[in-house]
Amino acid sequence: MEKKIAHFTIDNKECTATTGVSIINAARENGIFIPTLCHYEGVKPAGSCRVCTVKVNKRHLTACTTPVAEGMEIEVDTAELNDLRSSVIELLFTEGNHYCPACEKSGNCELQALAYRFGIMAPRFPYQFNERDVDASHPKIYHDHNRCILCKRCIRIIKDEKDLPAGSQGRSIFAFNQRAKKVKIKLDDRLGKELSDELAQKAMDICPVGSILVKETGFKTPIGQRKFDKEAISLDNSINLKAMKEAHHE
Amino acid sequence: MSKPVIATTSLAGCFGCHMSFLDIDERILDLIELVEFNKSPIDDIKSFTKDCDIGLIEGGCCNTENIHILKEFRKKCKILVSFGECAIMGGLPAMRNDIPVKECLAEAYLSGPSTVNEEGILPNDEELPIILDKVYPCHEIVKMDYHLPGCPPRADLIWEVLHALILDVDIDLPYELIKYD
Repeated sequence: MEKKIAHFTIDNKECTATTGVSIINAARENGIFIPTLCHYEGVKPAGSCRVCTVKVNKRHLTACTTPVAEGMEIEVDTAELNDLRSSVIELLFTEGNHYCPACEKSGNCELQALAYRFGIMAPRFPYQFNERDVDASHPKIYHDHNRCILCKRCIRIIKDEKDLPAGSQGRSIFAFNQRAKKVKIKLDDRLGKELSDELAQKAMDICPVGSILVKETGFKTPIGQRKFDKEAISLDNSINLKAMKEAHHE
Repeated sequence: MSKPVIATTSLAGCFGCHMSFLDIDERILDLIELVEFNKSPIDDIKSFTKDCDIGLIEGGCCNTENIHILKEFRKKCKILVSFGECAIMGGLPAMRNDIPVKECLAEAYLSGPSTVNEEGILPNDEELPIILDKVYPCHEIVKMDYHLPGCPPRADLIWEVLHALILDVDIDLPYELIKYD
């Protein structure tokens, strides 16, 4: 099938991309960064965090779930939208218990990196201090529910692919347990027991916060050399760039 | 013109932020030229002797004395700055916030593995401040004008911000200075 090219504008800049790709990728092709949090390249977008919210023809839409189309007028880097993104990040910081000084992921954490990028000095919302627990029962990983932002990346990305017929998707090893305020991520009882070292490491790497941690590996990188210590999160160092490269290798 | 006056205090903190303040090293000599210190652990003045321009608050509020001091600072200081993660979000002391106070006190004074307290008395002297139901960030008790994140805030951040406040100039803080850990 012939690929159709869409013409659209981002912050008044003329852009082109293949019709149907997500606004995030269309922007990337034109060198424009849209901040994301739950989005992971190559898996079905969830649109759960709303950090990538943009304005398309004056309406708010999530850039990860909206395909680009001919004639769209997209706003990305405006004061109003950046304030909206900042408020989403502040909500996440006050809803969970994010003690950055005591977190192994600090410096490599995408939630923290976004807060740095938006220059958040203190959140505008009151802290909730909700009661959450830490599950250290698994032999390979910790699960710190204080930090979980329920982005579903682990559910969407970490799959068991053993003994499966070709073409099928694999079973999720992580899942949501319970509902509403009580909802939390849980490992599948049987598949979790067989979690390989590679998948455990991958789960830690793709977790945007410090909720999934591989045991006995903490604080490896010294302060000053961590991913976001010197560089703000951007197109060049976002996890989606890495995911994209991996997808191309396959 | 008289020098601007600075006051500092540590509430529910570990004094790490004050240590980081001292990490401005020889610039402290420049600072002394620019400002005068009032109530602060740095010069050991215990109570306010005059109105101040800038108040630096380390630590959140975990007991009634912290709240009393914070409110006093708000009254005496024109500009109040939350200084470090504990002042901004409660920090490590706030890790008790999802545990009932009764359980915290029992663990510390009654059932702890190294505790000897045969009469089972909890601290109850009327001189002692009363512990709060949870640890509160300073800006949830009084209006705070600025926030300096970090555990501790980098010495350069403290210096840049103090310098700008004293000279009343705008600053553009470099990315590396704002860290939450």
